[in-house]
Amino acid sequence: MGVELTTTRLEDAAKWAKQSLVEKASNWGRKFSLFSYPFVTACCGMEFMSVAGPKYDLARFGAEFPRFSPRQSDLLMVVGTITEKQGPALKRVFDQMAEPKWVIAFGVCASTGGFYQNYHAMPGCDQVIPVDVYIPGCPPRPEQVLDALIMLMDRIQDGRGHSQLRTKREQLIAAAQTSDE
Amino acid sequence: MAKQVLDALLAKFPTAVEKTESPHGDEIAWIKKDQLVTVATWLKDDPAMSFDAPVFVTAIDRLDWRPIGAPPSTHWTEDKPRFEVCYQLRSSKHRHRLRIKVAVLEQDGHCPSLAGLWPAFDWQERETFDMYGIRFDGHPDLRRIYLYEEFVGYPLRKDYPKEKRQPLVRRDDLPINPIKAGGKPGDAR
Repeated sequence: MGVELTTTRLEDAAKWAKQSLVEKASNWGRKFSLFSYPFVTACCGMEFMSVAGPKYDLARFGAEFPRFSPRQSDLLMVVGTITEKQGPALKRVFDQMAEPKWVIAFGVCASTGGFYQNYHAMPGCDQVIPVDVYIPGCPPRPEQVLDALIMLMDRIQDGRGHSQLRTKREQLIAAAQTSDE
Repeated sequence: MAKQVLDALLAKFPTAVEKTESPHGDEIAWIKKDQLVTVATWLKDDPAMSFDAPVFVTAIDRLDWRPIGAPPSTHWTEDKPRFEVCYQLRSSKHRHRLRIKVAVLEQDGHCPSLAGLWPAFDWQERETFDMYGIRFDGHPDLRRIYLYEEFVGYPLRKDYPKEKRQPLVRRDDLPINPIKAGGKPGDAR
C-alpha cells in the first residue's frame, strides 16, 4: 500500500509540470507529516482509536501524533455528531489552527447529521467549517478511514485542499490588485 | 408491597390524592398541586415511607388529547391536562417505589419544586423546564441546562416543529446562510 505518484498519464504529468518545484516539495512534506487533532464527540471515537491503534496504524501514513492542541495540528478530524451548541466551539478550534489546514468529517453524523433530524443536531459539520474529505459509515470501517486519508494526501499533493485553494485565491487577488496599482 | 404505600397515602391525605392507579404494577398517585410539597415531605420523612432515592422527574405532553384545530382551553381540563409532571421515588430501605403525578394545565405551566427536599431533583427539574417549559416554583436556579440561552421554545413539546433548528453559527460562504437570511436565532431554517 502507499500513495501512487503516477506521472505516466498525460494529465498528471501536465499537473505536475504546472506546480513549481518548491510547491511540489512542500506539499510532499505536508502530506506525509499530518498532525491530526481529533475533535471526538461521539461513538465514532472508538473507531478512531481503532484506526490509530497498531492493527490499522494511521502512523504508517505519517499522521503519527494526535495533537490535543489545535495550534499544533494541521488536520482536524471531526469525529462524531456535532450539535448546534457545539458549533461555536468547533469554529473556534478550526480558526485556531495554523494554515494550511485540512478537515476530515469522520462518520455520517459529522458529514450530514446522520439519523438525527431534529432541533439539536447540526446537519453536517460543513455548515460551520469547510470539509475536505467526507467518510460515510456509522461508524466507518478503518479501511474507509485509511482510504480517506490517502485521498486527502493526494489532494494535498495536488494543492487542492480547501485552505490551499483559498491561499492561492487570495494570492491571485493580491497580485491582481498590486498590478492594478 | 407498594400497594401498601398507596393505601397509607390515601389514609393520611384523603383530600390531597386525586386518584390512584396501578398499571402493570407501577403505583401512581395523582396529587393536587397545592398539596404536593406537604405530601412529598411526609413521604420523605415518615419512617414507614422513607423515600430516600429520587429517581427522575419528567413531563408528558398530552397534545394528542386535543383534536387538531380545537382551541386549547376546551379539551384540556383538570382531569385531562396537557402536561403531566411525574416524580418517580424509591425507598432503598423498604424497597418500594411510587410515582407521583401532578396535572399542569397549558395556560398555567407552573408546578411546585421538590428540589428543596431531594437535591437530586435540581438538575432534573431544570431539564424538564428546558424541554417542556414547566416552571417549577421554588426552584433555586431555574435555567436551561442542555440548550443554549438563545434557544426559543421548548423542543420536546409535541407542537415544536420536528426539524426546526436554531443555529448559533454558520459559515459565511454557505449558499443559504440561515442566520443571515433569518436574522433571529428563533427562526426556522
